Amino acid sequence: MRVVAARSQPEVFTAVGNVLEVEGLNVRLGASDVIRDLSFFLPPGSSLAVLGPNGAGKTVLLRALIGALPSSGTIRWAPQTRFGYVPQKLDIERNLPISGWDLLHAKAALSAATDSDIGRALADVALPEQVLAQPVGTLAGGQFQRLLIAFALLGHPTVLLLDEPAAGIDAPGQTQLAELVRRLQTAAGLAVVLVSHDLSVVYRYADRVLCIGRGHACFGPPDVALTPETLNAIYGTPVAFHRHDESLH
Amino acid sequence: MSIADVASFLLSISMAVAAGLIGSFALMRRMSLAADAMSHIALPGIGIALILHVSPLAGGLTMLVIGALLIFLIERRTRIATETVVGVLFSVALAVGSLLASGEDLIEALLGGSGSLTAAEAGVGIAAAAAVIAFVVRARHSLIVALVSPEIALTSGIRVARLDLYFLLAFAVTIGLGLRYLGVLLMGSLIIIPAAVARRLARNLNGMLALSVAVAVLSTAAGTYAARLAGRQSGPFIVMIAGGLFALSLLRRAPD
Repeated sequence: MRVVAARSQPEVFTAVGNVLEVEGLNVRLGASDVIRDLSFFLPPGSSLAVLGPNGAGKTVLLRALIGALPSSGTIRWAPQTRFGYVPQKLDIERNLPISGWDLLHAKAALSAATDSDIGRALADVALPEQVLAQPVGTLAGGQFQRLLIAFALLGHPTVLLLDEPAAGIDAPGQTQLAELVRRLQTAAGLAVVLVSHDLSVVYRYADRVLCIGRGHACFGPPDVALTPETLNAIYGTPVAFHRHDESLH
Repeated sequence: MSIADVASFLLSISMAVAAGLIGSFALMRRMSLAADAMSHIALPGIGIALILHVSPLAGGLTMLVIGALLIFLIERRTRIATETVVGVLFSVALAVGSLLASGEDLIEALLGGSGSLTAAEAGVGIAAAAAVIAFVVRARHSLIVALVSPEIALTSGIRVARLDLYFLLAFAVTIGLGLRYLGVLLMGSLIIIPAAVARRLARNLNGMLALSVAVAVLSTAAGTYAARLAGRQSGPFIVMIAGGLFALSLLRRAPD
């Protein structure tokens, strides 16, 4: 089974300019090929949604992109790329004596960020400072996620990688998060890669979509790439979805 | 108090500070059982040193460092969990070590001796403890990020594999330094118990490190003194005092 990422626009790989270029990527886990011959790219300041059903290999792809998993093929990040990575779910023991401040100060020390950078990151994610004195294992899901995003924003990343950012966050929180991602993208010129199994997220966040699943793949602007046939092939069942009005920008 | 006594006291205190710091991260990295098992890897080194009439401290330390490198390589090559690799190496080391050392020497190696230190041993020991302390203080930011998420660590520019290796070496050196005072059987306890007390009481990293160091130093100083009064090995006294402090820490409700 050979997967070719369909490029629905005549966009070609360029040696310069793109934040990320992936060509013929393969990732094996044990005996199974989780990702085969996948190609796509990410222009600066754009947002890419990686879409697919549970178990399609979305998180595996993200981990391969940051070098946490061995892979073959080409993954080319632009020089001086700085990552902000927000993982899907972390299993942190409640009694781990590490506070939110500890984590933020650690990242600040590692990335030469200042106290005012920390203040700005906290304001960006709307996280009250008193929450930061608590051990991180005791934070509510949404609070912890915002802390991780604030952590990712320290050190002036050029790329933000978000794994299922909407999971575990209430509806108002999701709207805030979508606004934050857009704001960072436009104001700071960040490129964003976000992983989701949720179709509505694509139209909410992304100007490009990469869909993977069941040996199929698609890549391009959402309205072009996400045909009913493609979704059917990827999810293995007809998928009904409504485009949100907010996609019409 | 002779100069040798002062040197020995200084070494025991710096060893305890290192144990408190390394223990905090070992506990958070879920390596607490590894500390107990790993100390046994020193036994063949002590045995060989006794046969060759060289410093048992040097023999034990050398074997521990070799053990740490072996654990790191086996773990990376085979992706077997640290605890399993340590478990296998520790049994083999215990078997070999018990054949090499015997009688009074074996008891001393197991429970901590009272033999005097040479100036060279004390100097090397204090320098090694200082190196471990400096490593933990410098690497603490990387260590906490790596234990929260190796992927976040990777994307924050931390070389996780190298950090793991350095941590394992610092862990091995700390165990080696404590062998004279607590012996192969009990050294793991001075790494685990103070950190366990601190974990019950602390709510942030600095609190954890400070409490763990305080418990380790207090147990070591008081235990060594009590052993001297009783004319017995110091290891059991140090561990009993640390265990008593752990029992006291149970009186406080865990932070919720």
